[in-house]
Amino acid sequence: MTQTAGHVADDVRFVAKADYLKTLTALRSEGFEMCADLTAVDFLTHPGRPLSAEVASRITLERFELVVNLLSLSQRRRVRLRVQISESDTSIDSAFDLYPGTEAMEREVYDMFGITFTGHPDLTRILMPEDWIGFPLRKDYSQGNIPVQFKGAAS
Amino acid sequence: MTIIKSATEIVSAGTSEGGQELQLRADMSAKAVLRESGAVLRMSESQVASLADTQSEDQTMIINMGPQHPSTHGVLRLMLELKGETVLRCKPVIGYLHTGMEKTGESLTYMQGGTNVTRMDYASPLNNELVFSMATEKLLGIDGDIPERAVWIRMMLSELNRISSHLLFMATNGMDIGAVSMMLYGFREREEVLRFFQKVTGLRMNHNFIRPGGVAADLPAGWRDDVLGLLDALPERLAEYEILMTGQPIWRERLQGVGVITRDEAIALSATGPILRSTGLAWDLRRDLPYLRYDEVEFDVIVGSYGDAFDRYSIRLNEIRESMRIVRQILDRMPQGDYRIQDKKVTPPPRGRIDESMEALIHHFKIFTEGFKVPEGEAYVAIESPRGEIGCYIASDGSATPYRMHVRAPSFVNIQTMPLMMHGGLIADAVAVISSVDPVLGEVDR
Repeated sequence: MTQTAGHVADDVRFVAKADYLKTLTALRSEGFEMCADLTAVDFLTHPGRPLSAEVASRITLERFELVVNLLSLSQRRRVRLRVQISESDTSIDSAFDLYPGTEAMEREVYDMFGITFTGHPDLTRILMPEDWIGFPLRKDYSQGNIPVQFKGAAS
Repeated sequence: MTIIKSATEIVSAGTSEGGQELQLRADMSAKAVLRESGAVLRMSESQVASLADTQSEDQTMIINMGPQHPSTHGVLRLMLELKGETVLRCKPVIGYLHTGMEKTGESLTYMQGGTNVTRMDYASPLNNELVFSMATEKLLGIDGDIPERAVWIRMMLSELNRISSHLLFMATNGMDIGAVSMMLYGFREREEVLRFFQKVTGLRMNHNFIRPGGVAADLPAGWRDDVLGLLDALPERLAEYEILMTGQPIWRERLQGVGVITRDEAIALSATGPILRSTGLAWDLRRDLPYLRYDEVEFDVIVGSYGDAFDRYSIRLNEIRESMRIVRQILDRMPQGDYRIQDKKVTPPPRGRIDESMEALIHHFKIFTEGFKVPEGEAYVAIESPRGEIGCYIASDGSATPYRMHVRAPSFVNIQTMPLMMHGGLIADAVAVISSVDPVLGEVDR
């Protein structure tokens, strides 16, 4: 017996950006009441990812990937959506209208990756200072080589 | 289920977010649940600063509570819009403790990663390590091969950590509400548990004890007596808490009916842990999506019925008792055997072997400098921390460090319920609400 609940392989679905909200709406009515987690990965330095042939035929891998973990309390299962977001157009629909709990998570993704969520009520930085420049969790934002920014300090 | 908020609970805020009319909760979409009450203040810091000079008598007032307020549990800052003493809207401002731990995690090997994640939720470090280790093991494909003893040690430590974390909640909640002696009692009992952790792991906090592959060391001699000592001493102390707080009229007055949240709201806002359970929904990952060996022990999931601060207090108090019940069962069933996996790839050779074998020395050196490589892929594992669902998402590129390591922190998500719970309450109740959410800011900001 395994340690984790996932005796069966995780239910991972690749979703095209255009179908993102449609898929969420369908899943929500299917019984996935809660959005447990929403995050992103920047695949700048590691563009390839292992994909099944079926997925590879319909999905183009892009630099950013939005990872959304939905949870069904009634059916006790999870589903994970992976949405590709290109470097040239980093905007995607906000899930806020369906899952208000994503408000802070989307702000965090915006703050850290610069992915903008259309329809988010208050898309501002959440962890970094308001006037911060750059998106820290992007792979081209290295630790240490960006000068620390201090607000209002004498220079 | 139809839940209507009473008219007195909703104070018309006259916000720019539209009408504030009452509606049947059941008819609402999830977004309306949030927007209808206009509980969230959507204003940036600079906007608020520019408003500061233009306030007149009859207008609402925006004040900052925190980040250095004693009852904000660290460095949480709340921008509150007040009308008199009534809270209309609220915006939690976080990030004061942000140290980029997820970014740091990308440059630490899986072996070192534990030292990083353990510092996130510093009130329940072992649960952080556990979820990180389980995610790593899932990627390695060894999650079914962890020795039984390691699994049961993990479970015992996780439950003892739940006890210590809830005791800390008892202490801080007591102090926030005004039962200052509770602060001393809570910390006193928690210290007993931490003393046991120190004996086992060497450290009171930030243990880095649960590691990918098992645990760092076997339990020390006499551990059983220590745990039994804890379990024997606690019930009496918990009974004292009941006398000091549960039955006390002032305590009830301060908590009952304060910070009410409904089941639909809690689900919509992704709240987990005691907040979700206080609304009457019995959702506990230990029971509903069991991990480790929680399906082999008996315990009850404690639920509330009103979704108020008092329910969240009593849930945590009784969860201490349930955790003690689990620990007793673990004591009976603790198996013998290895405490970490005998997989040369993941586990360094024992100290003794290093003196005898050149290969063991090299191997030891390699694991601690380069770390072990983890196959390409991604995994999300979630467990029940004292605060709710703590999840770890790791994307691996096949190297010895995670390509991306994300922790789904329960406090970070739960903080979103604060505006809703505070809406229409008094500013004194805001303190009770913050306390009942029990956020750990290290985990909120990461």
